[in-house]
Amino acid sequence: MAKVVVVTSGKGGVGKTTSTAALGAALAEQGEKVVVVDFDVGLRNLDLILGAERRVVYDLINVTQGIAKLHQALIRDKRLDNLCLLPASQTRDKDALSEEGIDRVIAELREQFDWVICDSPAGIERGATLAMRHADIAVVVTNPEVSSVRDSDRIIGLLDAKTLKAEKGEKVDKHLLITRFDPARASRGEMLKVEDVLEILSTPLLGVILESQEVLRASNLGVPVTLSDKNCAPAKAYMTAARKLRGENVAAVLPTEKRGLFEKIFGRRAA
Amino acid sequence: MSSNAVPRPNIRFRGRSFMAFVLSPEPPVTAWLDRLDEMLAKSSGFFVGRPVILDVSGIEVTRESLRATVDALNARGIRILGLEGVDESLADLNLPPVLTTGRPTSGIILSSAARAAGRNGGSDRANAAKGAARPSSLLIQDPIRSGQSIVYLDGDVTVLGAVGSGAEIVAGGSIHVYGTLRGRALAGAKGNPTARIFALKNEAELLAIDSLYVVADDMAAALRGRSVQVFQDAGAIKIAALD
Repeated sequence: MAKVVVVTSGKGGVGKTTSTAALGAALAEQGEKVVVVDFDVGLRNLDLILGAERRVVYDLINVTQGIAKLHQALIRDKRLDNLCLLPASQTRDKDALSEEGIDRVIAELREQFDWVICDSPAGIERGATLAMRHADIAVVVTNPEVSSVRDSDRIIGLLDAKTLKAEKGEKVDKHLLITRFDPARASRGEMLKVEDVLEILSTPLLGVILESQEVLRASNLGVPVTLSDKNCAPAKAYMTAARKLRGENVAAVLPTEKRGLFEKIFGRRAA
Repeated sequence: MSSNAVPRPNIRFRGRSFMAFVLSPEPPVTAWLDRLDEMLAKSSGFFVGRPVILDVSGIEVTRESLRATVDALNARGIRILGLEGVDESLADLNLPPVLTTGRPTSGIILSSAARAAGRNGGSDRANAAKGAARPSSLLIQDPIRSGQSIVYLDGDVTVLGAVGSGAEIVAGGSIHVYGTLRGRALAGAKGNPTARIFALKNEAELLAIDSLYVVADDMAAALRGRSVQVFQDAGAIKIAALD
């Protein structure tokens, strides 16, 4: 039975698209058949992060409107055979998304893949609510700062109200992914601590992704970080998060003490 | 604000809800008015002193035909309090205001006369709910998320979990939060100054009892992050630590 995941946050720029690409690649790497769907119509980015921007012909809107067949719009990843991208349209806007069209596309994708990962646009409007509509699982991406946390709280409320599961009286399985975390800044009180975020959002933790150059570099190269440098901390955290999504009972990777200590010493020397 | 301003009493605003009759004309309107006349002939004082809303979603209206309908009802002694099912572009100072936030109610009195007046939708539900007593408290077992608004004017609200920043609870009675209260809590919203708010951890943005309120900025720092109760005392809102 295919699982539909929505990667969402409310706030923009927190790392939804990066996380969608990284989790999609991680699940594919672990042998699952994965499709990542870009719902950010008008401001598409997922194609760039996956390095597929030069192969986009048809897009999600074309498929929902019946102009193109699904298999014509799907782009197979060059590195992983079992990872596909359904890109968004850059020339249209969110009003071009129709509920019936999305219903049809998601149903078709469920038949062909094990995992359908929907990259939600920022905000709480049409694009975001349509992206979460079919979700079985939600990955709520949050930065450790108050505005992002409050927006995530709002999104969690919408996941409990505006999804098909909620309408049927069921619950979307929600997970929290804290991104751009900096242990040194958190210990200096310049950033919320992981415990604070978990306390405010009372949602189980999927993983903590450190703020790092590797993520930025991978995005610029058009390679998901889980494929570009498998040994870096963010890649490991995403791989563990993917295992957790698959139902494995593993603990979320927390920022290690060792690194925190190192940063502390380093910080003191630099001061 | 200048410090020598003369203190003036606050203007008090209150929310209050009333039960209104909704009249829903059906096309053709002339025939509907005839049936209304027949009904009024049997019980002439039926609408006197009752708030009546005109729901015109069942008929096509222009500003002129709408005014004619309102005038026709006025001529029969039915004063229209507001309009429902009207596009706001038709609003006009000579017409009753356009209402948009109406909710169906289970408490409506459905006499045979009212049914004859064309209101038959929802009557089965109204009858079914007639016998059921309304609960006097609301229990919420999940956290209340930012942007959610819980409005329960019939009594107390109890939350087993946190109330997020940007969320709000409005209760006719008291509010009990077994978690961190980060949003707004407005107790005694129907004009009950004896209502109270209890929170396991006070990080609230705003606390209100009846029509008096206090915002986070005006709360003593010593009362933040603690278990508190909020109540009215001698016309002022007070916060007291519970621990």
